[in-house]
Parts: sequence; structure tokens; C-alpha cells
Amino acid sequence: MFCFLILIPFFFYDRKTPHSQMKHVFKIVAILVAISAIWIALLETSTVPRSYTWLLPIYLVVVLGCYGLFMVGFGLMFFPTCPQEAILLQQDIVEAKEFLAKKGVDVGSE
Amino acid sequence: MEAAAGGRRAYSIIVPTYNERLNVAIIVYLIFKHLPDVNFEIIIVDDGSPDGTQDIVKQLQQVYGEDRILLRARPRKLGLGTAYLHGLKHASGEFVVIMDADLSHHPKYLPSFIRKQKETGADVVTGTRYVKNGGVHGWNLMRKLTSRGANVLAQTLLQPGASDLTGSFRLYKRDVLEDLISSCVSKGYVFQMEMIVRATRKGYHIEEVPITFVDRVFGISKLGGSEIVEYLKGLVYLLLTT
Ligand SMILES: Nc1nc2c(ncn2[C@@H]2O[C@H](COP(=O)(O)OP(=O)(O)OP(=O)(O)O)[C@@H](O)[C@H]2O)c(=O)[nH]1
Ligand SMILES: [Mg+2]
Repeated sequence: MFCFLILIPFFFYDRKTPHSQMKHVFKIVAILVAISAIWIALLETSTVPRSYTWLLPIYLVVVLGCYGLFMVGFGLMFFPTCPQEAILLQQDIVEAKEFLAKKGVDVGSE
Repeated sequence: MEAAAGGRRAYSIIVPTYNERLNVAIIVYLIFKHLPDVNFEIIIVDDGSPDGTQDIVKQLQQVYGEDRILLRARPRKLGLGTAYLHGLKHASGEFVVIMDADLSHHPKYLPSFIRKQKETGADVVTGTRYVKNGGVHGWNLMRKLTSRGANVLAQTLLQPGASDLTGSFRLYKRDVLEDLISSCVSKGYVFQMEMIVRATRKGYHIEEVPITFVDRVFGISKLGGSEIVEYLKGLVYLLLTT
């Protein structure tokens, strides 16, 4: 029964695309199905007390959520900024305008 | 290297413009400044900008030569994706660089793109803002937050093979770009994301170089409020089709 569940994603395997690969969404579905299969197996065999097993999916969602929040949080904390680049760009603009004006390009307006 | 005048170029730099009168002049100056002995051409695809961008380009042609700056205009605003395709048709280079005209993409990074490609033989070299020595200037907290959120979501779900999906400062092998453009259907900046994801899925060799990104100084931003929705739609589309 569980083996069958794990096989499902392979029915979606896309042989027609030239590089013969699974569409990405099916990789995700495959992972979800695999996790569900393990979960159902745990429920059926009750190696772990059932009351714990029922909570596992909730833990999973919480863990995923925390991962997302941490990644975004860290990304924000260490967001690479470059204020000095804005200053350098201003210098480049002045330099370019000066050169181009001399060559007769109309850079005065704006 | 300059010898091949008139013949094929090594690099074609495609710059789409719409109302970039002042920016286009500055970017052309900076490209020539930073690539002094490289055999390249600049292809400007202007969509009938009402601000007279094309007049400036013609003046620039007088300064730098009509064989170095090609103006390949279109009658009206037809969108970015087709602008690249249009520019590509007129490109003679073995490699094609795509960059914005609004000075967010600084030409001083061009040598590092070229060097990286030579060192690694990569099919695509893409500029990334989210690594050491890269960076962004001029974004408020909200813009940073959405950018990080979007990036974490895409990295987790899509495994796109590049750290900066929506940046569009890239160098391609010419035939690779032709192949990618013809298999991409998205519009707007989902297009940039689709290009790099498809490149990864097709097994092309992708390399990254750090770039800094200063938000546009001159001209008006075309950033709309519906961008997040467009982005999420693009993400789902890519999950289903790549
Ligand atoms: N030929 C052509 N160029 C375009 C069109 N729309 C935008 N561009 C150019 O494409 C480049 C990128 O566009 P931007 O407006 O800077 O888009 P963005 O970087 O996402 O947004 P902002 O920099 O915040 O305005 C610029 O060089 C524009 O001039 C178009 O319809 N046709
Ligand atoms: Mg821009």
C-alpha cells in the first residue's frame, strides 16, 4: 500500500521533454508523498505512541515556517548594501557629462 | 583585438531603452571607458521613446562610430522580452551581454563577466547582488523584505541554480541566449527568472559574479504595485513547467 503511494510521482514522469526530467512540482509532490507514506506507516505500526504521531505534521509545518522566517530574517539582517557605490556613480555621471558635453552630445537637459 | 573592424564582434551588448535620454549617454561613455581594448558593439533597442533618446544615440554614434553603436529602434513600446529578441537578431558577437540602461547595472562590472566566462567557459554568467562584494543601494525596508521573501520562496521551491533570479545583468553565449529566449514565454521580470531557471534545467553551465545595484537616479521607475502577484504567478508557472 505505501509502496504504491511512493510510486505515484513516477506516473507523472515526463519523458517528452528533451532533457527527460520531472517537472519540478512533481519533485515536491514526490517528497510530500514520501513523507505521508512514512507518517502513515508510523500510524499503522504504532512504533511511536499514536498521540505523538498525530502531532508530527503540525511539527513539520511549524518547522518549515520557522525555517522561512529565519531565512528571511537573516537575509534582512545581513542584506548587502553599498552606499559608497551611489557616491561613485555620481562621480561617474559628472565625469561622463563633462566628456560628452565636450564632444557635442546634448547631456544638459533633464 | 580592435583589428576586426566591421566584421564580427566578440561581444554584443544589448541595451533596451525607453525614455533613457540621459542614462543612455552616460552608460555608453562608461562602457567604452571600462572596456578599452575589447572588440564589442553596443546595440540599443529603443521603443520610440518620446523624450528623444534616439537623437542622443545618433549623437553618440558621431562620437564613437556607427559600427560600435548600433541603433535598432522599434516604432512603439513593445515590451522588454521582445526588445532582447530584436537586439539579438542584429547582434554579431559570439557572446551577448544584456544590461539595463538606467545605470542600475554599472559597466565597470563588464570586465569581471568577461573574465569569469573565459576562466570557466560558462554558458551564462549572471550578476548577483546577494553575495559578498555585491549589494543594493536605495531600497527601503519594504522593498528589501519582499525581495528576501521572494528569494527564500524561490530558492526553496524551485532550486533555480542562481542566487539572484530577477537581476537581468547577464552574459550569454549567443546560441544559448537564442535557445533560452525561444523557450521563454513570461513577461516583465518573471522573464528574467524564467530565463535562468530554464538555463539550469537545460543543464547549461551558469556562473555568478557579484554586482552592486544602485536604484535608478534619472527617469521614472516603472515598478507597479501588482509586482508581488505577478511574481507569485510566475513562481507557480515555473513550478508547473520546468
Ligand atoms: N526597448 C524597451 N526598453 C524598455 C521597455 N521597458 C523598459 N525598458 C528598458 O529596460 C530597462 C529596465 O527597465 P526598468 O524600467 O529600469 O525596470 P526595472 O529595473 O525593473 O525598474 P526600475 O529601475 O525601478 O524602474 C531600462 O533600460 C528601460 O529603459 C520597453 O518596453 N521597450
Ligand atoms: Mg531599473
